[in-house]
Amino acid sequence: MSLFQYRLPEVHNMLHSKAVSVSELTESSLSAIAEHDSKVHAFLTLNEEGARATARVLDDKLASGAARGLLFGLPAGIKDNIVTKGLRTTCASQFLTNFQPIYDATVVSKLRQADAVTIGKLNMDEFAMGGSNENSSFGAVRNPWDLERVPGGSSGGSAAAVAAGEVFFTLGSDTGGSIRQPASYCGVVGLKPTYGLVSRYGLVAFASSLDQIGPITRTVEDSAYVLQAIAGYDAQDSTSAKVSIPDYLSSLTGDISGLRIAVPKEYIGEGVDASVRESVLSALSVLEGLGAVWEEVSLPHTEYAVAAYYLLSSSEASSNLARFDGVRYGVRVDEGGGLLDLYHNSRSQGFGPEVKRRIMLGTYALSSGYYDAYYLKAQKVRTLIKQDFDEVFKKYDVVIGPTAPTTAFKLGSQTEDPLTMYLNDILTIPVSLAGIPAISIPCGFAEGLPVGLQIIGKEFDESTVLRVAHAFEQHTEHHTARPQL
Amino acid sequence: MSITVKDVQHVAKLARLQLSPEEEATFTEQMNAILQYAEKLNELDTENVQPTTHVLQVSNVMRDDVVKESLSQEEALLNAPEDEEGHFKVPAVLE
Repeated sequence: MSLFQYRLPEVHNMLHSKAVSVSELTESSLSAIAEHDSKVHAFLTLNEEGARATARVLDDKLASGAARGLLFGLPAGIKDNIVTKGLRTTCASQFLTNFQPIYDATVVSKLRQADAVTIGKLNMDEFAMGGSNENSSFGAVRNPWDLERVPGGSSGGSAAAVAAGEVFFTLGSDTGGSIRQPASYCGVVGLKPTYGLVSRYGLVAFASSLDQIGPITRTVEDSAYVLQAIAGYDAQDSTSAKVSIPDYLSSLTGDISGLRIAVPKEYIGEGVDASVRESVLSALSVLEGLGAVWEEVSLPHTEYAVAAYYLLSSSEASSNLARFDGVRYGVRVDEGGGLLDLYHNSRSQGFGPEVKRRIMLGTYALSSGYYDAYYLKAQKVRTLIKQDFDEVFKKYDVVIGPTAPTTAFKLGSQTEDPLTMYLNDILTIPVSLAGIPAISIPCGFAEGLPVGLQIIGKEFDESTVLRVAHAFEQHTEHHTARPQL
Repeated sequence: MSITVKDVQHVAKLARLQLSPEEEATFTEQMNAILQYAEKLNELDTENVQPTTHVLQVSNVMRDDVVKESLSQEEALLNAPEDEEGHFKVPAVLE
């Protein structure tokens, strides 16, 4: 039996009682990758020697009886847009094929302090732009539940690696749903924290006002552990929030009696597959059985979220990606012209089609004469979307709905039509625009494919989100199902 | 409002991208579809709505002006595609 069948506290007990060593745990992760990753393609770079060296240090620490970190000995994978000192970081782009970061992202330092073992870097949509992982310039990730289907994007590698049992947990990043949607498609737990709770220092920026790092795990309890380790103010990130960090683990009480749940009619209406709706309604009845009450509400501006999101995120992307010019790092294509030619050629050959499309859209939306009509308008609509949530949270503790309108779709089925692809994120985008926390947890299967339940909370109220998710998980078996690889 | 291939060429120039004729045609079509979809936002009256520039109430984040260690020249140049005598090297910009 794989060690990855165990929950985090169980693994810690096994380590403590010497039933297993960190080195054995690390080897077990590396062999799972050797066995499955040729099919799943979740990893872009393996850190075999580095991971083995860390494992030896941690085994010595265990033997000496020294204090152990919160994530002691756990094999972890990191999305490849989070920089790791000396370990190649590509953002799944040809532009950064050989990029060796010279510092660690704050979350990576925090994982190190918590005694986790970094196994490697995970595949993703290029520069985190996409909802299916088909935009990776190193080839798509495949969904462990059905290798002909997408794992979701853009943290597809991060979700698939956990689902395939290759690593114990991973870090992903979520801009419009890029942690929650792949977690939903791959049947794992994905948490997007409140904007500002987890430092973005060292995350290669896509859309700075939306990007947020968060954990992908197999259980809600594991998610709480990882969040505990990575949350907190960071002076190196000017958008980091100065809030006190609660004890997330103590919030996992299992008690949700009297909890007030809002279910937006827009989240279970037209466009949502009947099988997905059915799984969500059945999840709500489980929560009802535990003493919660739910009512239908309206988030009236939901239908405007996707349009606002694509204008805002593309505008911010066009600005953030301006720094990729072939001078200081990354690919350089010098064909003997001047400096301007060098910029043009390097960018044109370094970026893939989706990245170019978004840079073009963003440049257009920010250009003279169009700024007010597109960018400013979208920022105003963002205010209305945030106000929708503020209104609902006056009366309810959480908002619940599906994470995605469908289960994972077939590879290649939507690549020709970017607009349809963008609409897959319609249920995750409003949360990102409002900057509030949300988790996706497995809540059932439709034709053998996982369905995700999205639990949305108030600003910085991750404790309630985790409490509800944990209570549901304790009374259901969906999270224990494993794909056959 | 619809955009033409000429608009796409202009935006590509602003974005420092060199597009092939095929890319220009595809992007013209796709950007039109996306921008047409974005017209949806005009259904909403936002006359008196403040834009959200930041979801958190933080502004003007400053740190104390103290001297700190920075990257060494060697580190800063580590990923440079081309460098010379401690500088990033670029094609000549002056005749």
